[in-house]
Amino acid sequence: MNTILEVSGVSVSFDGFKAINNLTFTIGSAEMRAIIGPNGAGKTTFMDIVTGKTKPDEGHVVFGEKAISLLRLNEAQIAQAGVGRKFQRPTVFEDQSVFDNLLLALRKKRGPLAVLFYLQSREDRAKVEQLAMEIGLKDQLERKSGELSHGQKQWLEIGMLLAQDPKVLLVDEPAAGMTPEEREHTTGLLVEAAKTRAVVVVEHDMEFVRRLNCKVTVLHEGSVLAEGSLDHVTKNQEVIDVYLGR
Amino acid sequence: MPRSFIFRNPSILVFIGCLAVFTVVVTVLSEGFGIGFLSTSFIKTLGKTLALCLVAISMDLVWGYCGILSLGHFAFFGLGGYMIGMWLMYERTRDIVVTSMASAEIPPTQQEVKDAIGNQIFGVVGSSDFPAIWTLAGSLPAQLALVVLVPGLLALVFGWLAFRSRVTGVYLSILTQAMTLALSLYLFQNDSGLRGNNGLSGLQNLPGANNVPQAIISVWFLWGSALALGLGYVLFTWVVSGKFGSVIRGIRDDEARVRFLGYPVEAYKLFIFVLSAVVAGIAGALYYPQAGIINPAEMAPIASIYLAVWVAIGGRGRFYGAVIGAAFVSLVSTWFTSGQVPSIHLGFYTVDWVDWWQVVLGLSFVLVTLYAPRGIGGLFDLISGRIAPNRHGADLGPGAGSLQEKEAIE
Amino acid sequence: MRIFFLALVALLFLVSPLSAQNGPVQTLLQDNRAKIIKSSRKSIQPTIDAIASSGLPQAQLVLQKWQAREIWQRKADGLFFYGEKAAPKAYRLFDFDSAEPVGEFPKKQLKLVKPNSGVRALIGTSLVQFQLNDPDAALRRAALLSIERDPAVELLAPLRASIGAESNVDILTLKQRLNTLLTIRFDTDPETRIAAIKEVAGDLGVDVRATLNPLLTTDLAFAEGALPESKNIAAQRVVGEDITAAAAYEMLVAANRAPTVTTANEIRKVLAAHIVGGQVGGAAVATLDDLGARIKAYDNLAASGTVPPRIAEVEREATLASFVFYDLYKEPAKAVTDAARKTLEGIQTRVGFNQALDLGLDALSLASIYFLAAIGLAITFGVMGVINMAHGEFIMMGAYTGYVVQQIIPDYTISLIVALPAAFVVTFAAGVAMERLVIRWLYHRPLETLLATFGISIAVQQIAKNIFGTQARPLTSPGWLDGAWVLNDVVSISYIRIAIFVLALAFLTLFLFIMKRTRFGLETRAVTQNPRMASSMGINPDRVNMLTFGLGSGIAGVAGVAIGLYAKVTSELGADYIVQSFMTVVVGGVGNIWGALLGATMIGSLQKGIEWLNPSNTLAAQTYMIIFIIIFIQFRPRGVIALKGRAAGD
Repeated sequence: MNTILEVSGVSVSFDGFKAINNLTFTIGSAEMRAIIGPNGAGKTTFMDIVTGKTKPDEGHVVFGEKAISLLRLNEAQIAQAGVGRKFQRPTVFEDQSVFDNLLLALRKKRGPLAVLFYLQSREDRAKVEQLAMEIGLKDQLERKSGELSHGQKQWLEIGMLLAQDPKVLLVDEPAAGMTPEEREHTTGLLVEAAKTRAVVVVEHDMEFVRRLNCKVTVLHEGSVLAEGSLDHVTKNQEVIDVYLGR
Repeated sequence: MPRSFIFRNPSILVFIGCLAVFTVVVTVLSEGFGIGFLSTSFIKTLGKTLALCLVAISMDLVWGYCGILSLGHFAFFGLGGYMIGMWLMYERTRDIVVTSMASAEIPPTQQEVKDAIGNQIFGVVGSSDFPAIWTLAGSLPAQLALVVLVPGLLALVFGWLAFRSRVTGVYLSILTQAMTLALSLYLFQNDSGLRGNNGLSGLQNLPGANNVPQAIISVWFLWGSALALGLGYVLFTWVVSGKFGSVIRGIRDDEARVRFLGYPVEAYKLFIFVLSAVVAGIAGALYYPQAGIINPAEMAPIASIYLAVWVAIGGRGRFYGAVIGAAFVSLVSTWFTSGQVPSIHLGFYTVDWVDWWQVVLGLSFVLVTLYAPRGIGGLFDLISGRIAPNRHGADLGPGAGSLQEKEAIE
Repeated sequence: MRIFFLALVALLFLVSPLSAQNGPVQTLLQDNRAKIIKSSRKSIQPTIDAIASSGLPQAQLVLQKWQAREIWQRKADGLFFYGEKAAPKAYRLFDFDSAEPVGEFPKKQLKLVKPNSGVRALIGTSLVQFQLNDPDAALRRAALLSIERDPAVELLAPLRASIGAESNVDILTLKQRLNTLLTIRFDTDPETRIAAIKEVAGDLGVDVRATLNPLLTTDLAFAEGALPESKNIAAQRVVGEDITAAAAYEMLVAANRAPTVTTANEIRKVLAAHIVGGQVGGAAVATLDDLGARIKAYDNLAASGTVPPRIAEVEREATLASFVFYDLYKEPAKAVTDAARKTLEGIQTRVGFNQALDLGLDALSLASIYFLAAIGLAITFGVMGVINMAHGEFIMMGAYTGYVVQQIIPDYTISLIVALPAAFVVTFAAGVAMERLVIRWLYHRPLETLLATFGISIAVQQIAKNIFGTQARPLTSPGWLDGAWVLNDVVSISYIRIAIFVLALAFLTLFLFIMKRTRFGLETRAVTQNPRMASSMGINPDRVNMLTFGLGSGIAGVAGVAIGLYAKVTSELGADYIVQSFMTVVVGGVGNIWGALLGATMIGSLQKGIEWLNPSNTLAAQTYMIIFIIIFIQFRPRGVIALKGRAAGD
């Protein structure tokens, strides 16, 4: 299994507080990975670094087969290179229809002129409909996304991520505030996605992580505390001390 | 798919229809071409209002659709006016100079004509030499190009600097206001090359049309302004209708999200900012020949804020709202400040509208912001039954633009 | 018969003084009688000198009375007395020699000696030597002051003579200093002058520079061939670099050393004067719309001898090449000019240093004004995140409150003491009202807040205009704030600016105290950081927001009083400061009082710095400052003191 994303020796500090401390992390090109850890462990900051929102003080972030460094790119360029991110709170464009949201995310040229003269083709339409089917919003295409339920918005956002066709998917607490049935659906979407690309899920909910059935990385104070199967890490005494035991 | 474009934007047909009817009716009622029911000065007011509507829709494009509250669009408007004003003033002065020199014993040389023009134009600021920026003033095509290029270039440089450093929201507004202030202060100087606080004057005289009365010229400019407004309206509606519109509304509502989708947000903002600045420049170039005079006071920051007021009162995020707001507020303002509105006698105090109109305008603006954020255009929603999307969580306010603010997310 | 009688009277008049037992003063006056009565500036000097150098104890008295127009001549015998008014149209006269009264005389019998102003000035100069030795120290000081104001060569000798006898140490210093300056200017011996020049080295006084600078003034001069060795030349002027060819040639023409160049203008005039039947110089008039054609026509005219030959630009160059141009010192002695230049350069260095100090003080006081204007904004915008475009109007309201208080309480000191809290109360109330009525509905919608507060701003501004009119209202500062603290002739700062600086410091302390040390400050910080959490802990966020906004507005009002003292109070007062205030907060970094302080310091010193580089143009200074800020924001988008990391919310 070849590596798609490699984070090595990354540190970042905010006003003296080390949010990430010499973090090293790799993930394969078609792999599901869950990241757990107590609050303040640096989970969100880790995502910020990979997606270019935060620049680390030191370290390397290397992505893809051509091993390009993400540190030199801005957020938009990283996203175009193939890193997709879903935020903790669902962020969709509430004023626009589900169709427009998905169309916006569809992998196409992103430059202003290309977009200005863009004309909808039949294939694009079909692709959007296909995606809507996958995320269970086929009947909601013309509705404004602001009118969707919380769970539907989460799916729409996952759908938008899939529409981008990224090589790495970073998902922040996808199951928060969902009903059990909705969780089921979400798990299915993520597992399906992980067949063709790397998926990194940050989650607090152990039950949800268990269902994903994947390798788990435990973060603590900005660095990796333990890594392995969920059963393996939950038996780790250190992990129990800092996270599970409390 | 032009058919579907108009089909998707029925307001275009309505708007163009209304504009055409308005233009024809005004032409018929004018002194120059019709029965003379409307005075030439009123025709000019209407023509100027159309130019103001054009700058208002360009304001709506940046603010209502892209969420950038620019307090500098009157600077672009003024620059456009200055560029065309330079040609008008140069050619007009040249006409006068050549006529007066024709009676001299010896025909004047090119240099003598030029010196005399310089004397005429710059005598008022104690100079007679042409500054470098007047090099092309004698050429209409060049100055017309500058009408577009100068505001566009300023917007490009300023926007590039501002967007690149991710200045957003109120910071950007303050920065644009500072830019406007800097520009107007600069132009106030006598050695700015544009006649300091005297500005450019006599712009209502069209060179080469000395025998055409103002009654006719005013209608020409009305036609020009109406045409520009119509074209601008269609262009902007086209820009915001497709996927591009989807992107810029996305930027307005959640800039970071659009960025994480892989769109170069800065490039989009810059495109919109420059496009609207160029249109504002064209609007200025149509406005000032009708106003007859331009000076730096026109470009003071307050003017740009008034522009935002018009758009807000008319209802932002819809171009017809901006047009209604600009037309309504500027015409009503003109009417109230002209002293034609009868004063109200309260017994102990007489309310003179010339003094109190500003107060009414300011307070009504507060009321619109508080209670009718959709502005006058919101009335159309009542008719067409357009309903706001049901937003999650607490009420973030009716103005969609507010969503892009960080404070709304926290 | 009548003529004879008159002659007799005249004779009597001439003779009588001699016959009477007159004192020496009267004798002296009578000797110069004709000149005294009909005095003129040109001829009176010998008379004045005669009186001054007579050695008589009354000489000073005579000159003083003469200068004061109090000398009367008795018509009956032509004697001079000094008099004072005793009754309407009657004067009591005193004898000069004895100082005894001679009696009262009606005005009809007297004739006033009326020296004109020129003569009185001469008398004044002569009086100086007496005054310099006067027992009254105040008079001696006054005399020195008059010499300083109006130095003249003839004052040098009496001044020097008076130094030896001077007992007062202060006055002695003054005299010596004045002596040095007069020596530099008027002494005839170059060595003495050079010594005096060296003595003033490093002196920052304006009078020193005013004395030295004229020594170095130059005239533009020229010579044929090489530079003349014998003259005291300051610098050579290279034609085309230090002097334009046109100006240099003009000099030669003016001195009749070169013929006038035939300018394009003259060619046109000459041609116009020689038009014959639509033709001139063999060319049709209509073709002469080009300089080349005109020159050709002129040359044709010249060839036929009707006009003088044309002197072209080329010939001008050749003529200029045979001359040298230079700056010639008006002062012929080279040693003196060299010494003066050297000393002046030394002084200039020190002046430059002191000017920098002065500029620093200026910048500091401007910074305190910006800080005062911005500190309220730092609270409302920086702490609460509310963008208040009407902030400037609160400043204006404060200034008008000061003005109104001053109308009620005439004593400026008391009214100022009343005005400061009054302004706070008025603007605090206005701020609370505005927060309750408008802003609280718009929290978290900054752009709407911006526009709504702008609406309030234009309404308030217009209301102020309607009430107080458009002309500026004075807000007079109390007497003890007038004047300036003068360090030396270069560095000075007005008390009012110091007061504003102190006020700014006081506000900084007050703000820090409120925010860091009081319960209210704690609650404010809690509410701004997490309103929901704060309210769950029993803090009423509504109340805290209201009071915080009121506090910010109140401080703006007090700042308004201070600014009103320094500038005129108009309805646009606030609008003039609003952009700078926002800049201050933005440049400094939002949410931090130290940021506002730093921002104010930066903007203040920047503006003063630019003004200093381009002193004639404050408009340009402001333009460049704003451009600088726009560029600055490129590098520190969140201000000098920026919150970092996730707390910054980006």
